[in-house]
Amino acid sequence: MNDMSPQERQLVEHLSDMNEDDALALARRMLLDEGADPLRVLALCRNAMDIVGKRFEQGEYFLPELVLAGEMLETIGAIARPLIVHAPGEAPAKLGKVLIGTVHGDLHDIGKNIVSFMLDINGFEVRDIGIDVPAQTFIDEIRAFRPDVVGLSGFLTLAFDSMKETINAFDAAGLRGDFKVVIGGGQIDETVRAYTGADAFGTNAVDAVNLCRQWMG
Amino acid sequence: MQSDTAAPEAAAGTDANRIAHDARWQRILDCVALKQPDRMPVVLYATFWLCKYGNISHRQLMYDYEKTAEVAERAILELDPDAYNPMVLQTTFGPSAQKLGFKQLQWPGHGVGDNQPFQYLDREYMRADEYDDFIDDPTGFYLHTYLPRVASAFEGFERLPVFPGMYYTRLISGMRAFARPGVRAALQRLMDAADEIDLYVKHHQAFTSRMTALGYPCTNGAVAGAPYDVVADYFRGARGMMTDIYRNRDKLLEMLEKVTRFLLKQFIPMARASGNPIVFIPIHWAPDAFMSDKQFRELWWPSFRKLLIGLIDADLIPMPLWEADCTKRLEVIRDVPPGKCIYWFERTDMVRAFEVLGDVVALRGNLSPSLLTTGTPQDVDKAVRHLTDNVFHKGGRLILDAAFGLPDETPVENVRAMFDAARRYG
Repeated sequence: MNDMSPQERQLVEHLSDMNEDDALALARRMLLDEGADPLRVLALCRNAMDIVGKRFEQGEYFLPELVLAGEMLETIGAIARPLIVHAPGEAPAKLGKVLIGTVHGDLHDIGKNIVSFMLDINGFEVRDIGIDVPAQTFIDEIRAFRPDVVGLSGFLTLAFDSMKETINAFDAAGLRGDFKVVIGGGQIDETVRAYTGADAFGTNAVDAVNLCRQWMG
Repeated sequence: MQSDTAAPEAAAGTDANRIAHDARWQRILDCVALKQPDRMPVVLYATFWLCKYGNISHRQLMYDYEKTAEVAERAILELDPDAYNPMVLQTTFGPSAQKLGFKQLQWPGHGVGDNQPFQYLDREYMRADEYDDFIDDPTGFYLHTYLPRVASAFEGFERLPVFPGMYYTRLISGMRAFARPGVRAALQRLMDAADEIDLYVKHHQAFTSRMTALGYPCTNGAVAGAPYDVVADYFRGARGMMTDIYRNRDKLLEMLEKVTRFLLKQFIPMARASGNPIVFIPIHWAPDAFMSDKQFRELWWPSFRKLLIGLIDADLIPMPLWEADCTKRLEVIRDVPPGKCIYWFERTDMVRAFEVLGDVVALRGNLSPSLLTTGTPQDVDKAVRHLTDNVFHKGGRLILDAAFGLPDETPVENVRAMFDAARRYG
């Protein structure tokens, strides 16, 4: 975005520098008092998230910044979305669809939620089907949602077998070729990826966004 | 008792067992003191892996004191470790948790199936606007707010009086609170739960005494927490804590200061009462990915270092388990007196940890969970050899273990391979 006004640039800076109070006050003023285009404000938010993502990859930012940036965007999104007036049939274009859930036997959701959220604000249509999800539920949801990528999350070591079983079930259902499978979680590494038959693994939310961009960009 | 344990039973408490016990324990203490032990110690840390080993359900492991003790004993006698984790204490709290109505965990029969491990529920157990309540009066906050929130047996305590405001005859009239039906019901529930908890702890103590008599020391007496982790995990929840770094930094620091003092008050007497100086401290929020170096130095490390020094000054041996990858933290966490701690690493490269910390702390770990669960005995042998060649035989005071104890799914032959290789190469 090279065509930003000084005020817009300021909003992006406040967001990407974690100045929450200033960012929210400015966004409210722009949206509610000055009648700024809500789609434009959301585009500025995405621009700020790109900067946050880059700083994360460069080792300047960590999880707290991803989460705080996410919460700032949630707040601004909640103000901006009701102000958007769509022409009939017009909806914001999405980069692709991602179905995500924690595999059966595992109830952990912190990492999955952060990944879901980061994918969402980076322009993907995300369906998060929760925790302790049986393989059959994944299959039913895949048939209904037709995702480009399926994300399997798990924190416990029991998730290795659950992931393998889930991916095998995709195969048995004749679905495996329809999408990419990415796995993620605290204990996941290349050994687990090979064991489960996933296409890729990620160790953080930015990895997940980058993989999805690679596959769908 | 079956034949598996009959012979050792006959031998419990013999001189030979006492000598073996002391030799095993000395290996661990030599590592702590940065001295060369006679061979590399290898320890057994098992929780739900015992289900696989003993062919029992997760529910049975958590509820059946005798069966769990029997399986744990069989595993210890077969694998012959230099020390074992307090297995009965770490697994058989199902009946106690049930009677307390404990809400922070889900366990077999209570939220998860009979063959699933217990899992912690990450929630906001203290709201951001309650920092001042905690800081002002931690005990009052526990009694009136926190305890009823985390365990249903305490529901009713909301109506307990505010004790520090009472004096003289107000102490007499103020005790009317104990006539309230809700308060009385809570006290009754707690007394009932306490009977079960007493039984649970006695089973743990009996198991530990028996293992001592059979020649096997326990790795640790008390299990503590890092101040930052305690606030993050058990009060604010993950999201709350991560945003508090920006939104409530000063209050967070104030709470950490207070929590550190209470943790020392809690764990020094507990460790001393156990008769075992090693204090196990699982660490959750130190990993490289969780915060910047600056945040770690300013927010995480100072209160934890204070806890470590407090334990060391009380002649205890802190044993933090640095979960996940903490490679970027090694230079910072080096700042402890030499020869006083065991640093257990999960995913941090042990060779790198040895290079940075080898002259300061003993090391513990760290066979990878994915290798142990999906690899072959030959893979395990090779991984043990890698650690003995590159850490132990180069002067690292290494206590061999899996990355975070044995993963629940580890094939038994891989565990045997781990112990065999430890003795072959170490």
